[in-house]
Amino acid sequence: MLAALAAIPILIAVAVRLSSAVPPGRGPAFLDRITQNGLFVGVTGMLVSIPLFLPLTVGVVAGDTVAGEAGLGTLRYLLVAPAGRVKLLLVKYAGALVFCIVAPLVIALTGAAIGAALFPVGRVTLLSGDTIAPAEAVLRLILIAAYIAVSLLGLSAIGLFMSTLTDVPVGAMAATVVLSVVSQVLDALPQLEWLHPWLFSHYWLGFSELLRQPIGWDSFASNAWLQAGYVAVFGALAYSRFVTKDILS
Amino acid sequence: MTGASTADDLAIEAKGLSKRFGRQLAVNNIDLAVPRGSVFGFLGPNGSGKTTTIRMMLGLAAASEGTISVLGQEMPRQLQDVLPRVGALVEGPAFYPFLSGTANLHRFDAADPHSVRGTRAARVQRALERVGLTHAAGKKVRAYSLGMKQRLGIANALLSPRELLVLDEPTNGLDPQGTREVRHLVRSLAADGATVFVSSHLLAEVEQICTHAAVMSAGSLVAQGTLASLRQSGGRTLRLLTPDAGTASAVLVRLGLTPVTDGAAPTTGVLTASLPDPDGAVAADGVVAPEDIVAALVDAGVRVRGFAVEQGSLEDRFVALTGEGFDIAQ
Ligand SMILES: Nc1ncnc2c1ncn2[C@@H]1O[C@H](COP(=O)(O)OP(=O)(O)OP(=O)(O)O)[C@@H](O)[C@H]1O
Ligand SMILES: [Mg+2]
Repeated sequence: MLAALAAIPILIAVAVRLSSAVPPGRGPAFLDRITQNGLFVGVTGMLVSIPLFLPLTVGVVAGDTVAGEAGLGTLRYLLVAPAGRVKLLLVKYAGALVFCIVAPLVIALTGAAIGAALFPVGRVTLLSGDTIAPAEAVLRLILIAAYIAVSLLGLSAIGLFMSTLTDVPVGAMAATVVLSVVSQVLDALPQLEWLHPWLFSHYWLGFSELLRQPIGWDSFASNAWLQAGYVAVFGALAYSRFVTKDILS
Repeated sequence: MTGASTADDLAIEAKGLSKRFGRQLAVNNIDLAVPRGSVFGFLGPNGSGKTTTIRMMLGLAAASEGTISVLGQEMPRQLQDVLPRVGALVEGPAFYPFLSGTANLHRFDAADPHSVRGTRAARVQRALERVGLTHAAGKKVRAYSLGMKQRLGIANALLSPRELLVLDEPTNGLDPQGTREVRHLVRSLAADGATVFVSSHLLAEVEQICTHAAVMSAGSLVAQGTLASLRQSGGRTLRLLTPDAGTASAVLVRLGLTPVTDGAAPTTGVLTASLPDPDGAVAADGVVAPEDIVAALVDAGVRVRGFAVEQGSLEDRFVALTGEGFDIAQ
């Protein structure tokens, strides 16, 4: 799965390299800047992965946590070991969390690396007009990856809950991915303005503040609070469901 | 009180235990008493609720009504204290197909917070040896045959020294050697003082290894006790082989028996009659010893060509308790 994620920026970089020129303003944001500065492959890779690819992989990982063990039948043997239901749930969620952190990082760093290999690397012009050195630009990349990791926490908690509802991992995965798409669709409907700040996908693309000088943290903080809320609610749901569940798989 | 002292002698005790799945009662108000140190056969046709009872025993499923305690402690409340002392095989083995046999056992052992990491490799090795899997230990479980997985499942139950082993159909899918090996294993575990609770529908097997048994039928417990008492309550049968069926029949009636003639062979008839239980209440006064029957027959000039008193088999008893029907009850 991480290999698939790493393939995204590689694909972008190779495609841009092989095509003659990208007309400015077409395609994903920053795509036209790649030829001038390879580091932009990392940003572009993360940007194109946010709506579907990252939620998909997080859905697969989080949906598989409990339901995957149930599907294999190994859940009953872990529980009679006895692993302890709460501990098992925590360990499984920790695994999903690690994936949320690693996934965007893999895209960012692979992107920066392949970008540096195929294109020139220089000072980066921020959205505020300031320029920063390549080393600091890499730090910004990591910062964006961290922002995205936080963005995915809520979804991973939803996936964990879904995973406690079924013995069929594919069902939990699909439900989680579908919810992430639904949330983004609702976020795009102006009629539901009141709902938007409560949608877990609301701040997913809101990391532009991190590309300014000085860095703005407002969006980061709002996002973190929202995601923490989702983790608390769906974590509690997953807990109450799992500790009382009859393991019949 | 006496309740406490009897509970200490029981490895498993269920009281009024029920499990409901929607409208269906999969386990219906059973009272199960498994003495410590026994090899306990848990019998019953398919779908009679054996696995469901085992799931409640291990804290995997909650009882709808009633209580169940294991090793003197109530489940599932004291699960963390009880389960490290229990080895289990529930509803067939289950493993990570992409890991080797050894790696799977390591993983399950690591899930037990009480297991000692330092001795893990040696214990895994020993468990694999006991089930004869040493040579296939490095193979991915995906490439295991049904019987190999079953053996690995048993090995998993044996990872640590256990006071109680709960084995749900342990010989499922095993070859004759494997089946024999499991019988030896169960005997040696019992010899070491462990209680072994085996669910099965292979009666011959239960007859060979168990000291006690219980019979489930459509969610209810229809009999339990020592194997001898279960067999005995099936009664004994007299079988007589003679060409003088008519005379013999008259003699048997005179002795207070009700013979049935099997008219298959024209020259030598087979007579069967059920004998009263020597230990039963009726037996006290009018019981006829088999040797007296033979004497009476010979006196009457009956040519006795064969005579046998057969103990009712567990199978007869099982069928009598759970019905002849082949269809699943519920
Ligand atoms: N998850 C479930 N949901 C609904 N009903 C179930 C479930 N699991 C078992 N049952 C029902 O409970 C009853 C008892 O099933 P159980 O698995 O305990 O039988 P068993 O005695 O172990 O049978 P077998 O010898 O085939 O293993 C069956 O009628 C079955 O249909
Ligand atoms: Mg069963």
